[in-house]
Amino acid sequence: MDPVAQHTLPSQVVKEDEPNLVAAAKSGDISAFETLVGRYERKIFRLTQNITQNKEDAEDAMQEAFLKAFEHLGEFQGNSRFYTWLVRIAVNQALMKLRKRRPNQVSLDEEIETGEDSMPREVEDWGPSPEERYEQTELGSILSTVIGELDPAFRIVFQLRDIEQLSTEETAEALDLSVPAVKSRLLRARLKLRQKLGRYFQRGGNS
Amino acid sequence: MKCKGLLSELADYLDEMLDPALRAEIEEHLAKCKNCRVVVNTTKKTIEIFCNSEPMPLPMETSQKLHVALEKRLRRIQA
Repeated sequence: MDPVAQHTLPSQVVKEDEPNLVAAAKSGDISAFETLVGRYERKIFRLTQNITQNKEDAEDAMQEAFLKAFEHLGEFQGNSRFYTWLVRIAVNQALMKLRKRRPNQVSLDEEIETGEDSMPREVEDWGPSPEERYEQTELGSILSTVIGELDPAFRIVFQLRDIEQLSTEETAEALDLSVPAVKSRLLRARLKLRQKLGRYFQRGGNS
Repeated sequence: MKCKGLLSELADYLDEMLDPALRAEIEEHLAKCKNCRVVVNTTKKTIEIFCNSEPMPLPMETSQKLHVALEKRLRRIQA
């Protein structure tokens, strides 16, 4: 399987009824909106949790995101997927929480050193399916641990691009960054995560 | 192509955005250089693992909090 091709996971399938649910919610049908919430709450919570790294903030950001989405549904044009639109709202809410808690640490917009001017040294491969050594819950916890260790400027770009599957352009727009900045941060994030996952996945690793 | 040259093209290589000539150069380098090959493979695997990961179910109290709050505030917005 090509890792960088667009995957279609069960949770990424846009169900056929989605346009109707969105239309119904737009006209004020709360139960239609609640169906949409039920469909995406797990993904939105993972997003706000990965950005804020704080459970209470993540819960608040998720709640605010859904409320804002309901209030502003009239502005959703249907040019993008509903989920992509929702992600952008949730990212903004999560970033506000993060900045409030750590005002001096979060500067997404300023120039940052992306480092990495030489190829990392690596002699040991991971084998074909290293993730299968872990149960799903354990793997989920490893992934959220390693992503939480990245600086916000890197982990947020990675979250949008590689987890939420936004395009480079959509990520740049959502974070008010240039396309080259998204690309260089994404590469840095991927290489850092690769290095961190090596702790768990290398054949002789301390798993 | 040298290792450093590969690094500067790596982002576009991983996203399959390179023109075929440059891509071929990279693949030629990868065939010869074990270090780069391992780094590229494990980076691809990293992306794949995150991309394939399904979110965990919401903790019970998180789900309750969300639905109670939405129920209350959505009706207020609508009223």
